[in-house]
Amino acid sequence: MQADTIITPSTLCVKDLPWQIAWDKDKCTLCGRCAAACPMLALELAVYRKRVIQPPIGLEKTPENTFESFYGVRQKTNPDNACVGCGMCNLVCPNDAIMPMHSDEADKLRFHNNKGGVPRRRGGRRNDPEGVLDRIKFTRISMLTDPALDAGRHDFQLSTLLGRVLPPEENLKLQRENGWIPPVREIYPLIIGGMSFGALSPTMWEGLQMGVTYLNEEVGMPVVISTGEGGCPPRLLRSRFLKYVILQIASGYFGWDEIIHALPEMKVDPCAVEIKYGQGAKPGDGGLLMWHKVNKLIAAIRGVPQGVSLPSPPTHQTKYSIEEAVAKMIQSMSMAWGFRVPVYPKISATSTSGAVLNNLARNSIAAGLAIDGEDGGTGAAYNVSMDHMGHPIASNIRDCYLNLVKIGKQNELPLFAGGGVGKRGNLAANAAALIMLGASGVQTGKYVMQAAAGCLGSETDRCNICNIGRCPKGITSQDPRLYRRLDPEQVAQRLVDMYLSFDTELKKIVAPLGRSTSLPIGMSDALGINDYNIAQRLSIDYVV
Amino acid sequence: MCRLFAMTSDEPFSPLVAAKALDVMREGHDGSGVGLFLSDLSGPFEDLKDAPVLSGIFTSKGLKKLDVHMMELGFTTKYKVTIKAPKPAPPGVPQRDVYLIRAYEYPDEWHAYSAERRAFELMKVRLDLRGMGEADGDMIVFSFWPDAIMIKEIGDPLTVVQHLGLDRKELMARVIMAQGRQNTNYAINLYACHPFFIQGICTMTNGENTAFVPIKEYLSSRGFPGYMGYNSDSEVFAHILHYSTYQLGLPLEAYKHVITPLSDDEMGDHPNKAFLKQLRQTCRRLIIDGPNCVIGCLPNKSLFMVQDRKKLRPGIVGGRPGCYAFSSEECGLDAVIPDRDKSLDFQPMHLDTAIVSSDRQEVHICRQTQSLPQALCA
Ligand code: SF4
Ligand code: SF4
Repeated sequence: MQADTIITPSTLCVKDLPWQIAWDKDKCTLCGRCAAACPMLALELAVYRKRVIQPPIGLEKTPENTFESFYGVRQKTNPDNACVGCGMCNLVCPNDAIMPMHSDEADKLRFHNNKGGVPRRRGGRRNDPEGVLDRIKFTRISMLTDPALDAGRHDFQLSTLLGRVLPPEENLKLQRENGWIPPVREIYPLIIGGMSFGALSPTMWEGLQMGVTYLNEEVGMPVVISTGEGGCPPRLLRSRFLKYVILQIASGYFGWDEIIHALPEMKVDPCAVEIKYGQGAKPGDGGLLMWHKVNKLIAAIRGVPQGVSLPSPPTHQTKYSIEEAVAKMIQSMSMAWGFRVPVYPKISATSTSGAVLNNLARNSIAAGLAIDGEDGGTGAAYNVSMDHMGHPIASNIRDCYLNLVKIGKQNELPLFAGGGVGKRGNLAANAAALIMLGASGVQTGKYVMQAAAGCLGSETDRCNICNIGRCPKGITSQDPRLYRRLDPEQVAQRLVDMYLSFDTELKKIVAPLGRSTSLPIGMSDALGINDYNIAQRLSIDYVV
Repeated sequence: MCRLFAMTSDEPFSPLVAAKALDVMREGHDGSGVGLFLSDLSGPFEDLKDAPVLSGIFTSKGLKKLDVHMMELGFTTKYKVTIKAPKPAPPGVPQRDVYLIRAYEYPDEWHAYSAERRAFELMKVRLDLRGMGEADGDMIVFSFWPDAIMIKEIGDPLTVVQHLGLDRKELMARVIMAQGRQNTNYAINLYACHPFFIQGICTMTNGENTAFVPIKEYLSSRGFPGYMGYNSDSEVFAHILHYSTYQLGLPLEAYKHVITPLSDDEMGDHPNKAFLKQLRQTCRRLIIDGPNCVIGCLPNKSLFMVQDRKKLRPGIVGGRPGCYAFSSEECGLDAVIPDRDKSLDFQPMHLDTAIVSSDRQEVHICRQTQSLPQALCA
């Protein structure tokens, strides 16, 4: 029999997709909410035809067929509308009649989502649930030789330093001589990593800023947040809340016109300035804000026309060497705020991190180095970059720390580690492991999205449509119909909850190690792992 | 937990006094070792105050090696106390050849050295000897410094002191620090026994320093040859004190601000707030995390006691003008100065540094919330 549909190489059936929608006709009341909520428009209303047999009463007449039609939903198989497994349909369904199910085999969609010769781009995360951080254990537990502390009752000093710390001799000399001492901030060691206004929806951004302010002013936790590329809303720039914000300047310089203009009107200095040279999720690649998300507001803040894609170049175009990048850029940024604001670069973890570090160590005003590992989050990037480029953070941060130890500058140039911190939900354990490997603090973005805003993404390619502005939760969308789904007050509250529980967990880790007076940066004697090679590589204990 | 005892007295006293104090605190240490530091020496060493004194343990071969080396350097012996270890050694005490305490005359060219250079060279000689000894296991060198004697040995403190006959006129001193060791490592390395000494600075500690690894890494990276060894996590206390006095020029009152800085809240309107904040940031790596009670002696012979922030270890200071003692247990104090006014005993808490200077007239309590000496914060 001849098929009556046209079958082409890219015709896919539902089975070929990564996610199949299980729809239960009997439970469905056809309210249509699932189709309305689906960010991918993966569902279409469908008319089904069904044969019904009608057995008559008595023996005379033979049973008959009738055909009934009924309505329902059907999953589209066009790659553009493939279900991403977000589960919004299930969330909104009053009858539990619909749910995405992950395919039991590798999907065939992956061969087809390069329509028009453009490879797949997405937002979200590196799709690999494994990682070294989760395997690290804290093995040096105080018991009898030195009494363990009580996480609930002891006083803990868990702050960290952001800024160039001079060697004691030099610091004391400069104090005596009234010389210039680089600015140093005492901050909470868990920083909210750069997620730009542009990548995030206005409600998400507002919620995070409110939460950060509450944490600082009501809870007394000096939490700071990086803006990511794309500037900062004008009112925030002129408010006293700017001191909780790290302004990021990336290679596209988006939003910096606005920032520079606001300088004379700033009431307070920002916490710091982060010069972004790279992002762990797509090392060596620039930022990318796809046109879907460049609405009027974003366009205004970034100073660009509406509706155009905004790629940032992979490097700062005016810099042709590391000396320039490090020295000039840090110097000019410092100068803009009268040398009162710490300025530090953020790079992707790479096997060349050490070279960057060495240069920074020699630059007397570089305020630190943020290193983002391969698991770092992103708003938008090519799939191939996210899944296959990059360097894991654990060994990179360890190498850099030990490098500093070798030259005796481990107290001077703080290292901040990012990329996959808490990707399996173990935020405090991952952060503590990185700190004991040598980080002064950690940055996290994805965990915040998940915990504070309910991001549905996972490390097995669920959702990940942050790039096209259709975020089902309204976290990474500039479409008011979507971002109104997110209540900023609730985001703020969740953020506070997240920080408070992180704090408790961190204390539950450091107290049994007998540490309460200072953050256990570099306390590698507390770490063990059940893989000999990893243990060797990280210079920690091998335990089985 | 090791037991600690230190005393400073106008009247020279014998190491046996300290050993007896440790003995009453016996239930606190397992007798696996003893360390003694004697200073402000009397007897024959009284007149040799400026001559560097070498203390250590040697095999006969080691002794010959030492003589050749010191001669090559141009040192000549001025006075010596050699203790030939009697045989057999009591149970638990190893049999050694010679315990040597020897005062030297400086080589001629050293007389032209500045005090600083001389201090550095003395330390270098000690480190070189230690290195030579470690290669062949025939020399253990504890100190090489004027007016300082150190003896360390494995075994029960009182037994060791009696066995070696340390209760002798030549070894009377006005400042003695002693530690009875509680061994928490299996192999006992004598270099791991307290007190720890570097250029006239000496400290001993009980408890465990949980921030040891980062502090050790920091000190080792200072580029100062004396910051080495670290057979014990407590050795860093001596080096931090050395670092803050010698390298940073800070007074003893600031030591506690280095190892256990005040929090923002506690700083409140401290008159030296700006200075202390900078100090906390710049010396962050030297923050100790206890639980520790530290007793120490400075080159000017003042003794002090500090606690970490948690104040989980006991420690008490008491005495009378002319004689004060620092002890990890009150019974140690009672055994040696029973006739003191006990109501004046002081147990330093997490903000205090208790100091008895070389005039031995009072226990000076310095709280971290008080202002620091003026000169510092100019
Ligand atoms: S799971 Fe999400 S993408 Fe898939 S059909 Fe439901 S709402 Fe649409
Ligand atoms: S829920 Fe939103 S933020 Fe999370 S993966 Fe999906 S699109 Fe991205």
